[in-house]
Amino acid sequence: MAKRIEVSDLNVYYGAFQAVEGVTLTVEPRSITAFIGPSGCGKSTVLRTLNRMHEVIPGARVEGKVLLDGEDIYGSDIDPVNVRRTIGMVFQKPNPFPTMSIYENVVAGLKLQRKYKRPELDIVVEKSLRGANLWEEVKDRLDRPGAGLSGGQQQRLCIARAISVEPQVLLMDEPCSALDPISTLAIEDLMQELKERYTIVIVTHNMQQAARVSDKTAFFNLAATGKPGKLVEVGNTTMIFNNPTQRATEDYISGRFG
Amino acid sequence: MQPGAISGSKDANKGRWLDVGFRRLSVGSAVLVLIILVAIALFLLQQALPAIHKDTANFLTEQQWRPDDTPAVFGIAALLYGTLVTAFLAMLMALPVAVGVALWLTQYGPRALARPLGYVVDLLAAVPSVVFGLWGLIYLVPKMIPLSAWLSTYFGWIPIFKSDAIFGKSIFTASVVLAIMVLPVIAAVTREVFLQVPRENQEAALALGSTRWEMIRLAVLPYGRSGLISAAVLGFGRALGETIAVALVLSANYTVSAHLLTPGGNTIAANIANTFGEAGSLGRGALIASGLVLFVITLAVNFGARAIVARRREFTAAT
Repeated sequence: MAKRIEVSDLNVYYGAFQAVEGVTLTVEPRSITAFIGPSGCGKSTVLRTLNRMHEVIPGARVEGKVLLDGEDIYGSDIDPVNVRRTIGMVFQKPNPFPTMSIYENVVAGLKLQRKYKRPELDIVVEKSLRGANLWEEVKDRLDRPGAGLSGGQQQRLCIARAISVEPQVLLMDEPCSALDPISTLAIEDLMQELKERYTIVIVTHNMQQAARVSDKTAFFNLAATGKPGKLVEVGNTTMIFNNPTQRATEDYISGRFG
Repeated sequence: MQPGAISGSKDANKGRWLDVGFRRLSVGSAVLVLIILVAIALFLLQQALPAIHKDTANFLTEQQWRPDDTPAVFGIAALLYGTLVTAFLAMLMALPVAVGVALWLTQYGPRALARPLGYVVDLLAAVPSVVFGLWGLIYLVPKMIPLSAWLSTYFGWIPIFKSDAIFGKSIFTASVVLAIMVLPVIAAVTREVFLQVPRENQEAALALGSTRWEMIRLAVLPYGRSGLISAAVLGFGRALGETIAVALVLSANYTVSAHLLTPGGNTIAANIANTFGEAGSLGRGALIASGLVLFVITLAVNFGARAIVARRREFTAAT
């Protein structure tokens, strides 16, 4: 199920502007890797290159290699649609489909792949919602609008939607930044369960969160505004937070940044 | 802080007067719209009912339109048929194309091209209908003859395409002109609606592994559904009520004919424009009665659309 991601010498552009330069890192399967760094350092941009979501922005392009268990997802014969089915994504702002019920939201991705019978869908819906720790809260109102849930519930609904297709990797782009501390805790607990089965990459602004949930941490920084973001260092989370090799990392971690 | 700082008279506050004034202005405007609607309905009823009383035929089922004969014989059947069929055919042709145009302008087209083309569509929607009518009469009617002949030759076994080898100013031609007229209206409104679809919904669909079309089906069309229905109703209303363009491209008669390619047919609005000038007093009453029918249809279409939109209200983006 879970797969290894190897990024080598990645350069990312928005039109003529280079947003990220020379990123090389490896994400281990069944682990949580956190991307941290100041705003504009390119950590979200790098995340979005891992499932080819970066290129949906007009003018955006990518150089370099991203290998998923050895296979280059930017290979010329690779369909980005298949990449995105294999690598799920959860966004910063909870984005359930507003016109769909809770049930329909969970199966939206599944229905893209083939025809399912209703009993099959029922099983997946329960399994995915249980997986996202949402089942008990919504099991009696699956036909209600997904957009009617609270923010934290909506985000867990989006996680359920992402894992319903059983992806190999789960990318999370600041999944808790719009949530209150209790919902945040619920999602962090959930991530610990999900990492048994998935490879997880999370972008976060919250350093305590990175320290709490992740196994490895990658610190991104940019030399100056308008310059491309770079990967400063990547390593075990305990090492990055307690004993970083780079001065910039230590400054950022300890709050002496800038 | 000084005591009494918040205890001044309500009326002392200048902003308060503006607030009250603005509220009265907006309530007044809303009431005015209602008054106009009721006044139109009353006028139509008051003028139409006496004329319908003097009708010796059944107003709803009679096809002939001879209100100034003695005895007066007139009925709405042929006009109603022509109105509904031209408007329906126009929508059948225009709606899919308009949605296609709006999707291209918002989803598929390169931005540098889509933006100016969007303005062109807006511009087309503002072209006066008499211009469409003249263009239809002088340019389109001759062009429709070979197309009608072709349809009749190869699909003549379907009753609606059967014809007696005379083509041109037919219901079909009128429908095509109407379709071209309502196309930019629907496309312009639909484009506006599709532009409102939140980027995060589209990204959610793409991140699930949707192709572009699947993303449109998952995120764009459902989100734009109520706006799309509104656009369709706007277009349908314009097609139903269109007067001068239809009057120009139809050779009017008063029969209900399933052969859409054969010259003839008429619509309520075109008939009013064509005959009001020469109509006698009963003739005018009869024409106003036909106007009342058009009014009722338009209201019914609008309410129908509202009902469809309201049915899934809690699932719209507004919640």
